[in-house]
Amino acid sequence: MSEVMRMEPPGNPVEAFLRSDRMPHIWCPGCGIGTTVNCFARALLQSKLNLEKVAVVSGIGCTGRVAGYIKLDSFHTTHGRAIPFATGLKLANPELSVVVYSGDGDLIAIGGNHFIHAARRNVDIKVICINNFTYGMTGGQLAPTTPVSAISTTTPYGCFEQPFNLPYLAESSGAVYVARWTSYHVRQITHAMGEAFRKKGFTFIEILSPCPTLYERRNRLGDGLDMMRYFKESSVVRHGASTKEVGLSMQGPIVVGKFVDVDRPDFLSLLNQQLGRTLDAQYTGCERENVCD
Amino acid sequence: MKADPGGVLTGTHFLDGDQACCEGALAAGSRFSAGYPITPSTEIVERFAQRVPLVGGMFIQMEDELASSIAILGAVWAGAKAFTVTSGPGFSLMMEHIGYAAMTETPCVIVNVQRGGPSTGLPTLPGQADMMQARWGSHGDYEIIALCPISPQECFDLMIEAFNLSEQYRTPVFLMMDECVGHMTERVVIPPADQIEIVSRRFTKLPRAEYVPHRAGPDGVPQMVRAGAGYGFHVTGLTHDEHGYPAMNVETQHKLVGRLVGKIRDNAEAIVRYEENFLEDAEVIVVAYGITARVALRAVQMARERGVAAGLLRPVVVWPFPERRIREIAARPGLAGFVVPEMNYGQMVREVERCVAGRAPTVLLPHAGGTVHQPEAILDVILQVEAGRVSSASAGALAGASR
Amino acid sequence: MENQPTSVSQAAEPSPKARKVRGVIYLNPSRCKGCGFCIAFCPPKALQFAAEFNPQGYHLPRLANPDACTGCDLCGLYCPDFAIYGVILKYAPPAAEPAPPPGEGDSE
Repeated sequence: MSEVMRMEPPGNPVEAFLRSDRMPHIWCPGCGIGTTVNCFARALLQSKLNLEKVAVVSGIGCTGRVAGYIKLDSFHTTHGRAIPFATGLKLANPELSVVVYSGDGDLIAIGGNHFIHAARRNVDIKVICINNFTYGMTGGQLAPTTPVSAISTTTPYGCFEQPFNLPYLAESSGAVYVARWTSYHVRQITHAMGEAFRKKGFTFIEILSPCPTLYERRNRLGDGLDMMRYFKESSVVRHGASTKEVGLSMQGPIVVGKFVDVDRPDFLSLLNQQLGRTLDAQYTGCERENVCD
Repeated sequence: MKADPGGVLTGTHFLDGDQACCEGALAAGSRFSAGYPITPSTEIVERFAQRVPLVGGMFIQMEDELASSIAILGAVWAGAKAFTVTSGPGFSLMMEHIGYAAMTETPCVIVNVQRGGPSTGLPTLPGQADMMQARWGSHGDYEIIALCPISPQECFDLMIEAFNLSEQYRTPVFLMMDECVGHMTERVVIPPADQIEIVSRRFTKLPRAEYVPHRAGPDGVPQMVRAGAGYGFHVTGLTHDEHGYPAMNVETQHKLVGRLVGKIRDNAEAIVRYEENFLEDAEVIVVAYGITARVALRAVQMARERGVAAGLLRPVVVWPFPERRIREIAARPGLAGFVVPEMNYGQMVREVERCVAGRAPTVLLPHAGGTVHQPEAILDVILQVEAGRVSSASAGALAGASR
Repeated sequence: MENQPTSVSQAAEPSPKARKVRGVIYLNPSRCKGCGFCIAFCPPKALQFAAEFNPQGYHLPRLANPDACTGCDLCGLYCPDFAIYGVILKYAPPAAEPAPPPGEGDSE
């Protein structure tokens, strides 16, 4: 006769990554940000990265709060400037794995200029962009990703601006890894994050998320679960799709998948290559000597 | 601790202020800079871009000043000593990150080679009209340290001092140059590395379990840490508690902001630095800084030749302002007054007035910028003050026209 | 034997031929915000909303069909609040039973 081994709760595997003393977090019921953080924690676990060398940089906004909940070296910076902060962090200590975890408004509106330049330079940072089609933290204003016709607090009669197609923007700026998933696609997100960790260069993962309190409520789209069901039913996986064709529309079809996965030397490799070539033996690299002990 | 010889260009050189400033950064141990071109500061980072790869560091030109001003903060948290350079319009763009550096206690150096303003103004000509902006430019309550060089030699010396002060007090520090000093070429003596004192970053030696990121030491300054050292710390611009977690309540606000402001105010005596010429028996006190102080010294000498007891007080550290010294001097019996020439319409004069507190007339000799004062113009005001013919109220009529 | 009712922390003893993976969930009630993701996306539909609610007023999930739980931890992966996770149950080998003589039928 067999017996069940009576187990003590083994502990949530992601608990080690959380600042438990700060739980519960501030995200709303049905918000997808926490789901993506769950995936992130599992991806880190599976990655075998030295966690002491992983740094998370966030901007301002609901997604910007991610940095504060993750028990790694984490930085909650200024609005739109997570990427240049991350650039300085990475270049001054290249052994760090630097993740930028922020929202669509923060990264692409106010942060847009920094986004395209970091992609162009192929700075070795991993950008995770949670796209909830709105500015959640400040109450639901228009974002550069808000679909045409959607209501926001600053477009009370409906949005009419063409939104960005983020994967297209990322690819055309030079990102070497571009993927889009929704917070429904938890296993794929985890896998994509793992791929991004292993990839050298500027990687970009867009993850669509519900914002039940603002975007959905103002557009009468139900609650978080309703949005997750929309993600599930309307997503079509097309790996390698042309990013030009993956634009989104109001409650329309969602193309998800890995669109770009190419190889290009990252900023530091190019720097070292160029200076090594020009300066010969005089150039010993820029990587040490920055740590002022 | 002594400077790293790799970055010290020991010798006697003929350099302009911008170039000397770059050498100062290297001598101080900076191996990272991020910047954006803006006249008349660009040469500082152009030289750095050329010099630093040879001593094991890097320069990156960012896409704008917003990016530069925060990229250096990222580099600091990775463990580097970092700086950026700019002038008026770029300085304005950096304001948010200056506040962020103050709030997160990120040591860094920002060089402003001041030019004529406002707005695009006079890109290639000097001004001194950003002095108040350096102090108050970002929103909220915070204190900063600012130094003002008078020569290319001081651009070198004070750049090192700026880095040292930033590490000592975990604060952004400003080197407020002006285009005149920046583009003036003079003899600059760079001593051997072992004669240059460097303040190292005050990294904690506590183990992770004991380290509390924002718990201040007796001087109000917490111990520093860097990413990748295993501390799993958090940094935020939100009002935060000792652990660095956002704690947006009144009590934490009072505690934190009180400490940040007190950190500089309470240590002001140790930070303040000024130079005095002919001040012992002076009855007319000229207070001037930067390039204007050189002209002012000439005017003081000319006054002395005419038998007028003029003297010069030159703040080297402009913020915090040498309040105690001004108050001391203002209490002297028989004082005729203070003369404050500056290349603006009245900025540091307000500090002088505040400290003098009406005990003697304080006369501003303003200048819109574009060129320095003429010594005769300053002499004129000295003589008028000495003769008792000028009160503070009529000072406004003395618009210092360029002659 | 396999269909005996069970409590959350105990599974029925499997028959010798059973290969089904069994699991259980653990819940941190104070974190749950009643979003319903775990319930909606549990593949074997083992979870339901409970009548019980936490001090914040959110109805918690309960393992309504514990036999169905495989411990796949998709609930854990979906949970935006780190409130729930699933684990695969392990079975202890029979204790101190003599090894059956060779040739007798036994479990695979």
